Amino acid sequence: MNETAGLILLIVGIAFDVVGCIGLVRLPDVYNRLQAATKCVTLGTCMILLSVLFYTGINQMSVKALLCIWFVLLTSPTGAHAIARAAHRSGIPLWDGSIMDKYAEDREGAEDKV
Amino acid sequence: MKRFIHFLILMIVWLLLTWSLQWQEVLVGVVVVLIAELFLGDIFPAGAVKVFNPVRFFWLVVYVLVFLWYVVKANFDVAYRVLNLYLPIKPGIVKVRTRLKTDMARTFLANSITLTPGTLSIDLVGDHLYVHWINIVSEDPTRETEIIVRRFESLLERIFE
Repeated sequence: MNETAGLILLIVGIAFDVVGCIGLVRLPDVYNRLQAATKCVTLGTCMILLSVLFYTGINQMSVKALLCIWFVLLTSPTGAHAIARAAHRSGIPLWDGSIMDKYAEDREGAEDKV
Repeated sequence: MKRFIHFLILMIVWLLLTWSLQWQEVLVGVVVVLIAELFLGDIFPAGAVKVFNPVRFFWLVVYVLVFLWYVVKANFDVAYRVLNLYLPIKPGIVKVRTRLKTDMARTFLANSITLTPGTLSIDLVGDHLYVHWINIVSEDPTRETEIIVRRFESLLERIFE
């Protein structure tokens, strides 16, 4: 029973990771790619780690896996935010199909004032 | 007192990670935790300890459930967009306003926004969050704020403010 649940979690987790990777290739610019990478890879990885818990029961390994889930949930969005901000600051443009860029508008405004 | 609580939390994390009570392991843990506390103790958010109040803790549990629901939804959203032949995206960076004041609440809000459907927080300037949105449905700032921020803001207000 536990092994079945673990296996299902493992498969679904890997499926989400694969979707994240496809998104990384298919989406047009760095910001959209980060979206796919962050969301899918976070949940996918968390599910894989959770499946460790179902496979082994509560012991040394699964406690580490649970802690890793916590760390991944905290660091992955923070890292994505840092990359996106750094990309924007170093002048990487948005995809041509983008509708608006309030961040660039506001930063240009601020530079004009200076 | 504040430092002692940090020390306890970090020590518990260390013991869970090493999963042993041999004196060498514990000694190394104490040294590592003290070094971490010495260099990084100041950036540890001050409001974190507030969460141990039972009412706030209840709302934290509610928040985690709501958050997990949105994370799952976000994944299906991304899967739909990525696997669709026509790539139905309409991206852009929008500016939304938050009424949260404490650092801890804002951190949680920004991270939650990143993990929920279609949005990625880029920067926080004053009270305004810049959010990259993969599929802009409205160009009106109040409505954007409504959609992106409100779903977490009231919960986070109850937990951390």
